[in-house]
Amino acid sequence: MVRFILSKLLYLVPTFLGITIIAFSFVRILPGDPVLLMAGERGVTPERHAELSAQLGYDKPVVLQYFDFLGRLMHGDFGNSLVTKKPVLSEFLTLFPATVELGLCAIIIATLIGVPVGVMAAIRRGSWFDQISMTVALVGFSMPIFWWGLLLIILFSGILGWTPVSGRINLLYFFPNVTGFMLIDSVLSGQKGAFASALSHLILPSIVLATIPLAVIARQTRSAMLEVMSEDYVRTARAKGMPPFRVIGIHALRNAMIPVVTTIGLQIGVLMAGAILTETIFSWPGIGKWMIDSISRRDYPVVQSGLLLIAALVMIVNLLVDLTYGLINPRIRVK
Amino acid sequence: MTDTPQSAATVRLSDAAIFRRMLAEFWFYFSQNRGAVVGLAVFALLVVVAVFAPLLAPHDPTVQYREALLLPPVWQEGGSTSYLLGTDAVGRDILSRLIFGAQYSLFIGVVVVSIALVGGIVIGLLAGFFGGWVDSVIMRVMDVILAFPSLLLALVLVAVLGPGLTNAMIAIAIVYQPHFARLTRAAVMSEMKREYVTAARVAGAGNLRLMFRTILPNCLAPLIVQATLSFSSAVLDSAALGFLGMGAQPPAPEWGTMLAEAREFILRAWWVVTFPGLAILISVLAINVMGDGLRDALDPKLKRS
Repeated sequence: MVRFILSKLLYLVPTFLGITIIAFSFVRILPGDPVLLMAGERGVTPERHAELSAQLGYDKPVVLQYFDFLGRLMHGDFGNSLVTKKPVLSEFLTLFPATVELGLCAIIIATLIGVPVGVMAAIRRGSWFDQISMTVALVGFSMPIFWWGLLLIILFSGILGWTPVSGRINLLYFFPNVTGFMLIDSVLSGQKGAFASALSHLILPSIVLATIPLAVIARQTRSAMLEVMSEDYVRTARAKGMPPFRVIGIHALRNAMIPVVTTIGLQIGVLMAGAILTETIFSWPGIGKWMIDSISRRDYPVVQSGLLLIAALVMIVNLLVDLTYGLINPRIRVK
Repeated sequence: MTDTPQSAATVRLSDAAIFRRMLAEFWFYFSQNRGAVVGLAVFALLVVVAVFAPLLAPHDPTVQYREALLLPPVWQEGGSTSYLLGTDAVGRDILSRLIFGAQYSLFIGVVVVSIALVGGIVIGLLAGFFGGWVDSVIMRVMDVILAFPSLLLALVLVAVLGPGLTNAMIAIAIVYQPHFARLTRAAVMSEMKREYVTAARVAGAGNLRLMFRTILPNCLAPLIVQATLSFSSAVLDSAALGFLGMGAQPPAPEWGTMLAEAREFILRAWWVVTFPGLAILISVLAINVMGDGLRDALDPKLKRS
């Protein structure tokens, strides 16, 4: 197992270096001079320009600049935002819990609904439940979620008035940011109604973000179950007279879950892309909205480092998924 | 073994006849999937609408009728028969904009898939055919591109290149291209072991001929399926970029851009938001369903139960 983990880690090194090269060249490809870009519209004198160039290392050869960049990354220096002047990493870490909270809720919703629906559809293959649920899943899979979010706002916030339109919590409540997760912090604060407010803000964005993963998980669970249920060991279990519930629950489901767990893990990339859209629609203060705002404000250090941090994150989660896969399916490790 | 007249007849089949038989066989499997046939019909309708947009649209998509701002659809109180699906905040006819929007979506899909497909095929062929360090380098680069969430990378690329339809298409194509490269590479590697490739090599075929004439045609099935699925993703992603202000720029009647412009009116005028999104959903759904049918018909190995 250790060798398996090590080989996976080693495999990541070139990919990670590639990511840093892309993030690094991103600012270099930009039309215009990076120093002038940072100086903004005021402009700089030629002397000051030379001084800044030397200070920022832009007078060195590109390869050296890249190694400087890499060195700074290794020390946790991701640069400063041009707009807020704060370190990018601290901004990222402040906003990150909001995205994690949203993403976790979405993946929980998607799994809790998607897996049972997929299993039911497989067991009752060809039934009306199977047909309807798979049609709905296909619609969900094709859904432009930015439109779906707007529709839900029209219905639940506009017509019914059940949920708020934007933000993470009602402005009436104020409490210290302990964990960064609004649901937990609101309970810790002990303020009446704070948790309900946080939950009502979270529910619509989570549903919107869960839509595509839910469809993917339901479809994947169904096809994995169908495959497993035609295996010999399931037939043997049935032939032994085992009650159908146990056959499905123990023999079929456990084996069908192997590809499903991978699918769930691989939704992280989908979730990040979805978070950009969902957070924009619901003004959710997470890293998706932060990236969009930074792109439109031309805050390039944030875009550069944000891109790098998000890609690294997705990569690490994918690695963890791979390792879990090895853990629950010993056959993979041997390869 | 004696030759029967029948088998002698099959030998004499012309290329056109073989093609017709392949088509018939394909249609047999494709038409088993009722959803796929409906998807194909909807897609064909979309093509017709896009091609004949100037004839079908009741109004010019960019003309602003100042006397008819935010008019509801015809069936709602206050609606007018000259604006069937209502008008937007500056008085443009929504139906006409949707009809012209079909041109954008199809154009984006075709361009993105063509760039990604051609690029991916060439890169994948090189990697699969030559193997060794060429393969390692190419595949590591593809891994790097795949490490980024696709919409995010496309967004950043557009930020670098500058917002606009052309750059959005290029960005999306770059992001999709590794999928094609990987598929091509895998297919090429499995075909390379076949005897017909060895035979062609022995017969003196050069590398280029081997790659493009001998091997590639046998790798096309999974690529066609992937191309269909990428087509729908391209429509979806370009609409998302338009929605975020990074794709087609106003006043272009692109569906995502229309949604972006409609956002501030969502609680006052449901129709300006509902119809463009519905158009996106129906198109993407039709193409996805069609893709499922294509997969079943072209590649039984990939067939899901």
